Amino acid sequence: MANALDPHAAIATTAGGVTDGALRTADGRPLVRALARSQSLARRRAFLLVLPLLAFILITFVVPIGQMLQRSFYNDGFSAHMPQLSQWFADNPRGTEPDEAAWTALATDLKASAEARTIGVVGTRINYDVPGTRSLFTSTGRQVRRGLEPPYQAALLDINEDWADPRLWSAMRDASSPVTGNFYLAAVDRKRGDDGSISQVEERQQVYVMLFMRTFWLSLVITFVTFVLGFPIAHLLATLPMRKSNLLMILVLLPFWTSLLVRTTSWMVLLQQQGVINDILVWLGVIGGGQRLQMIYNQTGTIIAMTHILLPFMILPLYSVMRTINPSYVRAARSLGATSWTAFRRVYFPQTLPGLGAGALLVFILAVGYYITPALVGGSSGQLISNMIAMHMTDTLNWSMAAALAALLLAAVLLLYWVYDRMVGIDNLKLG
Amino acid sequence: MLDDRHGDSFVAFEHVQKSYDGQTLVVKDLNLSIGKGEFLTMLGPSGSGKTTCLMMLAGFETATHGEIRLGGRPINQVPPHKRGIGMVFQNYALFPHMTVGENLSFPLEVRGMSKADRETRIARALDMVQMGKFANRRPAQLSGGQQQRIALARALVFDPELVLMDEPLGALDKQLREHMQFEIKHLHERLGITVVYVTHDQGEALTMSDRVAVFNDGRIQQLAAPADLYERPENSFVAQFIGENNKLPGTIEELSGDKALVRLKTGELIDATPVNIKEKGQQTLVSIRPERVEFKPEMMPPGAHMIGAEVCDVIYMGDILRARLKVAGSADFVMKMRNTIGQTRLEPGQQIRIGWHPADARALDPV
Repeated sequence: MANALDPHAAIATTAGGVTDGALRTADGRPLVRALARSQSLARRRAFLLVLPLLAFILITFVVPIGQMLQRSFYNDGFSAHMPQLSQWFADNPRGTEPDEAAWTALATDLKASAEARTIGVVGTRINYDVPGTRSLFTSTGRQVRRGLEPPYQAALLDINEDWADPRLWSAMRDASSPVTGNFYLAAVDRKRGDDGSISQVEERQQVYVMLFMRTFWLSLVITFVTFVLGFPIAHLLATLPMRKSNLLMILVLLPFWTSLLVRTTSWMVLLQQQGVINDILVWLGVIGGGQRLQMIYNQTGTIIAMTHILLPFMILPLYSVMRTINPSYVRAARSLGATSWTAFRRVYFPQTLPGLGAGALLVFILAVGYYITPALVGGSSGQLISNMIAMHMTDTLNWSMAAALAALLLAAVLLLYWVYDRMVGIDNLKLG
Repeated sequence: MLDDRHGDSFVAFEHVQKSYDGQTLVVKDLNLSIGKGEFLTMLGPSGSGKTTCLMMLAGFETATHGEIRLGGRPINQVPPHKRGIGMVFQNYALFPHMTVGENLSFPLEVRGMSKADRETRIARALDMVQMGKFANRRPAQLSGGQQQRIALARALVFDPELVLMDEPLGALDKQLREHMQFEIKHLHERLGITVVYVTHDQGEALTMSDRVAVFNDGRIQQLAAPADLYERPENSFVAQFIGENNKLPGTIEELSGDKALVRLKTGELIDATPVNIKEKGQQTLVSIRPERVEFKPEMMPPGAHMIGAEVCDVIYMGDILRARLKVAGSADFVMKMRNTIGQTRLEPGQQIRIGWHPADARALDPV
C-alpha cells in the first residue's frame, strides 16, 4: 500500500477522499453518519412494531415482578403506621431498655393506628418475626382507643404482660426501618439476635435451606431423567419417516394439550397405594398385599409426575437439533472405522449438545419453579421451595418472605445461567 | 487394470439385487467386477440405482440378494467400520465440532494409532491436498473447495485400498469442479488406489474414469472405457445420456456385415453401422453425434448417402457453431461445426445436404 506505484494504493486514496482517513460519501458527508441516516427509518419502524409487546411486558411483567421483589427488602407495615416509636428506635441504639418515652411513643402510635384501623397491618408485620403477636396488637388497640392514662408502661403492661417481652421489642426495632435484610436472613434459616448478631435459627425451624437443596436436587434428578427418557425418543422422531414421526410427535405433545390437573390426577389414580400399579403388582405377586409401594405423596411422586410433564421441553429442543444432523456424519464416522458406539459418542452426541443444553436448562428452570404438581402429589417430603412461597403468599400473607425466597430462587437460576454461559456458551443454545 | 476375470477382481458384485419396499427392485441383477487400482465411475440419472450400489459396497445398505466381494472376501455381513473403505460424501460430512486436524485424526484414533504416528500421517495427508496450514481450522471456516480437499484427505489418511466417492464435486462451481477432477485423478494415479466414483455428470465421468458403468433403471446399460462409451454406445439410452446426440428413427433396409442401410420414415436412405441388429426390416434408432455430421460433399467418403436438410437457426458458441436443422420431418437435428477461418456460414432457411461416415451413425435398438 505504501508503494506509490501500487494501483490499490491509488484507489484507496481516492475512495478516502480526504486526508483525515474517515470515509466520506460522494458529496462529502461522513460515511458513518450517512449509513445511520439511511437505516434510521427502517429501525424506527421496527421499533414501533415491537412497541406494543414492550409495553405489555413492562406493564404485566417487569413492574409487578419489580414491586414484588421490592417487598423482599422493603416493608413499611410497621414504620409507616408507628412513626413515633420508629423515631425512638432511631434515636436510641440497640440494647437500650425502653424508657417511659418509648412507652409513650408506643401508646400514642397504637392509639393513632387503632383509630386509623391500620393496627392489623402493624400486627401482621410483627407477627412475621414473633408469631402470635398479631392479636396482641389488635386487642391492645381496641382498648387503647377507649383511652389510656399515663404512665403508659404500667398501663400497657396492665392490658397485656406480653408487652414487656424483649423479643417483641427486638422485632419492633427491626421493623422500625422499612428497609431490612431480615427476610433474606430468614430465607436462609438465619436470624438476627437481640444484639444484632446473625445466628442460625433453631434446628426444628430450619426449613428453607433444606427446601432449596431439595428443590435443586430434585430438579437435577428430573432433568437427568427427562434426558435419559427423552434422548431416544427425540432421535426416533428425527429419524423415522415423516408419517410415523408425526404420529409420535402427537404422542409427545399430548401431555401439553391435556390439562395439568387432569394429568396430575391420573398419576394419583395410577400411583396411589390402592391404585392401578400397586394392584397389578399385587396381582402379579411381585409384592404382597401388605407391602404396597408408596409411590405418591412423596418425592417419588413428585419426580414421576414432573418428569412426565416436563419431558416435552427436553424432547423438542433435542429433536430440532437432531433433525438438522445429517445422517452422513455417522455414516462417515462408520466408514472411517468407528464402531456404532464410538460414532455415537464422538460424532453424533457432541452435535446434539446445543439441544441438550437448551432442553436441560429449560427443564431445570421450569422444575425449580414448579408449584402445582408437587403441591398435589408431593405429600410433605415432595414439597419444593415454590410451595413454601405459595404458602407465604396465600396462608401466612408474609409477602415479603415470599418475595425474598423468590428472589433467592431467581438469583440461583441466573447464577446457573451464567455458569452455563461460561461453560458452554449461550450461543450454543438451540431452543427450536 | 481392466481385467474382468473373476479371480482377479478386487471388488465384485454378483447377481446383486436391492429392494427397499419388497415391491420394486432398485437394483436389478447387478454384475460388476472392478480391478485393483481402477477408477470406475457409476454414471446415471437420479434414481438409477448407482448410489444404492455404492451404499451397499460401503455397508450402509444390505443387498437383498446376491453377493458383494472385496479382495475375494464376501462382505455382505461385514459392518461398515470393518470394511476399511474410505468414503467421500456429497456434503463432505466433515465433523463440524472438530478441527480439520481432529477430523483427520479420527480414523487413526479409532484404529488405536499412537500420537506420533497420527501426526505424521495427518501432516502427510494434508500436504497431499495442499492444505497443510489448515489443521487448526474448523470445517465451517473453510470454503467448499477446501472442505472437499479435507474430506478427500480424511478418506485417504488411513491408507484404504478402496475409496468411494458419492458425487463429491456436486456442490462446487464449474471451474473448481474441473480443477478438483484433475486433482482427484492425479491422486488416484499417484497412490494407486481403487476408486469407485458416483456421479450424474457425464463430463466428469468421461474425463476421470478408466471405465464407466452407465446405470439406468437399476441395470448397467453399458460398462466401457470413456471413448468407447461415447463413440460406440451399445443402446440408445447410453447414446442419449452421454454427450449430445441426434436420433433418427427408421427401419433396416439392407444388412451386410458391419454396414446397414436404414430407410427413414420420410423415405430417405442413410448409412449406419448396425449394433445389436439381427435382421432386415427391424425397427431402429440411428444415433449420430452432432460433430460428426458433414454438409460439404468433399468431406464425405465416396458413395455415402446424403439427405436434404433445412437450416433452422445457427448459434454462435465461440469455439463452435451449432446449427439446428430440420431433417426427415423433425427440427431437432443438431450439427456442430468448428469455428475455423473460412468456415462456411450457414443462414437460416438455407437448403443443404448432409451426410456422415457410416461408422459414425449407429443403428441401435429402438427404445
